[in-house]
Amino acid sequence: MVLLLIVLLPFIGSLCAALLPTNARNAEAWLAGIIALTVVVLTAVQYPQVVDEAVLRLMIPWSRTLGIDFQLRMDGFAWLFAMLISLIGLLVVIYARYYMSPADPVPRFFSFFLAFMGSMLGVVLSGNLLQLAMFWELTSLASFMLIAYWHHRSDARSGARMALTVTGIGGLALLGGVLLIGHVAGSYDLDVVLAASGKIKAHDWYPMILALVAVGALSKSAQFPFHFWLPHAMAAPTPVSAYLHSATMVKAGVFLLARLWPVLAGSDLWFWLIGGAGLCTLLIGGYLALFQNDLKGVLAYSTISHLGLITLLLGMNSELALVAAVFHIINHATFKASLFMAAGIVDHETGTRDINRLSGLYRAMPITATLALVAAAAMAGVPLLNGFLSKEMFFTETVFLGRPEWQRLLLPVAATLAGMLSVAYSLRFIHQVFFGQPAVGLPHQPHEPTRWMLLPSALLVAACLLVGILPAQTVGPFLHTATGSLLGLSAPSYSLAVWHGLNLPLYMSMIALFGGIVLYLPCIGRRSAHIPLLERLDGKQAFNWLLSAVNDFADRLLGYLSSRRLQTQLLVILLVVVVGSLLPFADGPLRLGKRTLTEADPAFALLWVVGALCAVAAAWQAKLHRLAALIMAGGAGLATSLTFVWFSAPDLALTQLAVEVVTAVLILLGLRWLPKRDERFSAGKPEALRAHLRRLRDLLIALAGGGGIAALSYAILTRPTVDGIASFFVKQSLPRGGGLNVVNVILVDFRGFDTFGEITVLAVVALTVYALLRRFRPAPESMALPAQQVEQDLRDAPRGPDPAAGLPTGYLMLPAVLVRLLLPMAMLISVFFLLRGHNAPGGGFVGGLIFATAIILQYIVSGTVWVESRLRIHPLYWIAAGLLCAAAAGIVAAVAGDSFLTSEGWHASLPLLGEIHLSTVLLFDVGVYLLVVGATVLMLIAIAHQSLRSLPRKTETEGAS
Amino acid sequence: MELIFSLAVGIMAASGIYLILRPRTFQLIIGLSLLAYAVNLFIFGMGRLRLGAPPVIAPALGSDPSHYADPLPSALVLTAIVIGFATTALFLVVLLASRGFSGTDHVDGREPEE
Repeated sequence: MVLLLIVLLPFIGSLCAALLPTNARNAEAWLAGIIALTVVVLTAVQYPQVVDEAVLRLMIPWSRTLGIDFQLRMDGFAWLFAMLISLIGLLVVIYARYYMSPADPVPRFFSFFLAFMGSMLGVVLSGNLLQLAMFWELTSLASFMLIAYWHHRSDARSGARMALTVTGIGGLALLGGVLLIGHVAGSYDLDVVLAASGKIKAHDWYPMILALVAVGALSKSAQFPFHFWLPHAMAAPTPVSAYLHSATMVKAGVFLLARLWPVLAGSDLWFWLIGGAGLCTLLIGGYLALFQNDLKGVLAYSTISHLGLITLLLGMNSELALVAAVFHIINHATFKASLFMAAGIVDHETGTRDINRLSGLYRAMPITATLALVAAAAMAGVPLLNGFLSKEMFFTETVFLGRPEWQRLLLPVAATLAGMLSVAYSLRFIHQVFFGQPAVGLPHQPHEPTRWMLLPSALLVAACLLVGILPAQTVGPFLHTATGSLLGLSAPSYSLAVWHGLNLPLYMSMIALFGGIVLYLPCIGRRSAHIPLLERLDGKQAFNWLLSAVNDFADRLLGYLSSRRLQTQLLVILLVVVVGSLLPFADGPLRLGKRTLTEADPAFALLWVVGALCAVAAAWQAKLHRLAALIMAGGAGLATSLTFVWFSAPDLALTQLAVEVVTAVLILLGLRWLPKRDERFSAGKPEALRAHLRRLRDLLIALAGGGGIAALSYAILTRPTVDGIASFFVKQSLPRGGGLNVVNVILVDFRGFDTFGEITVLAVVALTVYALLRRFRPAPESMALPAQQVEQDLRDAPRGPDPAAGLPTGYLMLPAVLVRLLLPMAMLISVFFLLRGHNAPGGGFVGGLIFATAIILQYIVSGTVWVESRLRIHPLYWIAAGLLCAAAAGIVAAVAGDSFLTSEGWHASLPLLGEIHLSTVLLFDVGVYLLVVGATVLMLIAIAHQSLRSLPRKTETEGAS
Repeated sequence: MELIFSLAVGIMAASGIYLILRPRTFQLIIGLSLLAYAVNLFIFGMGRLRLGAPPVIAPALGSDPSHYADPLPSALVLTAIVIGFATTALFLVVLLASRGFSGTDHVDGREPEE
């Protein structure tokens, strides 16, 4: 439970932090600080238990069939990392409180900061590899948001994008690797995977797994050749750099390599891949760090270099090297976080991070300078500091490498060279910034920062000293527990003493120390930004080139494979459908069944002669005679409706009929806004041959498609029925659904959830139509009143003495009276259809459509203005009420203890009224009814209102003229 | 009957397919309507054609499935009809908006270069 709390608390804090006001700097810091402190305490008190039980576990079952559970697992190694994350997190929070300026929107900062902390804790405490990959991605996202924190700066944006792209690609590779591991090991459970070590190493996929995991880990830890994103991530606020990009997130890669070390390490491939990348990074990072002119740039490249050192140690395939790697992870986190804080203080107090402008700050800020000096010495590997110890272990390992001769010679030389570089850039950092003549012309007058800003850095430096002087008494037991949990029984014995006597590693250290000083000498006073030898090794340029190349390629491919023209797209789709549906007949022709057919009825034949003529005529006329085409399509729809009723589907026939009416009205309303006939067509211009050919081609496709569907339909109709699930519905309709109309029972009861979804779609579509039309601007030439209406108005205008003067005037007076009388009747009928729906043809859909039609009729005969001045219909309320009714019907069942949308009936016999049956199904159908009314009316009214919109503007212009 | 039914489905589908390959938005909307009729009839036909056997339980006949037409395709098609109406409305509005913005009723939002 405590484990869950450790991971969850930062996320809860993140939510809270996001909700605080923008200027609540203190409240935010308190919140984040308390959360971090709580996590520190919670983690710390787990330690005795971790020592006793070796592994603490927590499992919340999630998806058993997929083998994915939410699993938390804390062993010594995870404990160490959790401690590191929470403790440094706490210090960085304190530091950030004073670093962030009051003008910065702090909720965003602390919110993502805490979210990162939670994700990182999730990574180290995950007991399931898939879950680990998910938290891994979360850290990348949090890092993205934090790098881009000052998103008004373009370097922040591009740095964030680059970091996300590189680590995102790595995350994808990791996911692939994890899936392969899970497949080979048979589970994603970390314990199972660790136990399946032999199986994985022997498997054919081992190289693939290793490569994928390596890409994930190396990109996260900024290892060569993915190292270039880290320096650009320095656009983030310095607390972020200190926390994410030196102490914790970039350690996720090496964490994973160490975590899977027992599973994957030990092979030659591992040595070359991991060790090789580590060695390259170690040297390149150190070399580049020497030539940076930005304080944070030096630290970024030195971080890359030190991560390379850790990776190299992990790649050496030796248990002792693994111990050294874990030790160096801790040491690097302490001194590098402290150095970043110092760099941040310098930046904060002087206004610049340019090494060339800074100098002699020792006088103005002695405490900062001392702290930075000690931390930099630890980084350089000066004795009596923690960096020295892990570096000695590293040197020892290079000397005793169990590899062929030339590698055993090369590696110590490379290690000493890296040590020299490390000394040189540390020296440069300290010497140029804090010593020499006091700098002049700085943006701010430098002075010591507030005590609280120095405290975190001071604590970290104290840790460097303590560990460096008394390693066995301070960090010893924790390191022992951590490596013990990684290696189990094969954990090697080692000594953490400061003094091991005069041996080769010590000589190497001394060479590195003096060599570093010599190496630094030519760099004194160097101001150029030019980097000798490796100038051309610009990762950013390569990355941008690659990115634009990929984009160009995708663009070209898309242009080649796809078309922006709808006709071409539809043509391809139809061709694929026609050809694809022919494929099954490669084995043999379509076979007809032997079902006894129904006898042909001449009336039905006649119906479809008319129907088919209508369909063909609609296709023929749709281009130039829209109204005719619409009427013809309606004719085909009527034939369809009659076919439904003919073949025993009264519900369908009713719905089709009602929809037919509403659709016709809808399209009629839209007709006005379509362009007039193009003069080019009526001018008798001869059409190009290509147009004829195109039409012929489309005709052939249409015939093929239509012929195919007809043949398929006939073949199925002649085959006997299959005993599917239909009989279940018929049998259970009355006993379980309590209704006689099976179709309706299916809709509102058995498959009620489907219907619920469908009416929701209807509501969404109606709202979309409404929203789209609010922004709609008709084409200018359609704004004038239609010619027919103008003509009508002219005819209606009084000419001379009007014989009808004194009589009431208006459109369609007689029909209007009838239609108004019809409204209550139609309402009654619609309710009738709604209520009978459960036992006879009808239901909410049909009822709703009937009512909507009646309302539309009012609009048609009386005009929008007349209707709306007398009858306010609020379709939006109808839609809302419908959805609520339907949902309530479902919830009632849930309250009664059944699953959602189960029908609940209630029988009662009342005096006078007799037997009464109430059911939630009726409530559901009422919901459908209300929603259909609301949605239909909303859509139709929205289109109808377009004419009103152009009207006032028109009268205005008329008035002006 | 089955033959007439199949021919009807085929002819409506062919008319619909021909229309959705045409360049004007109005042709497309009518084409989609015709295609929807054809597809609805086709799905309805999957339950086979029965005369005078609506799936409304008659107390005299009881709940024996052999006495009734297949209710399942009907239930599917019923919602399809309503959703079809909704999408037609949506398409009509998109069509009008596109016409308003681009000034043309070509399906690509611009006249093709001849």
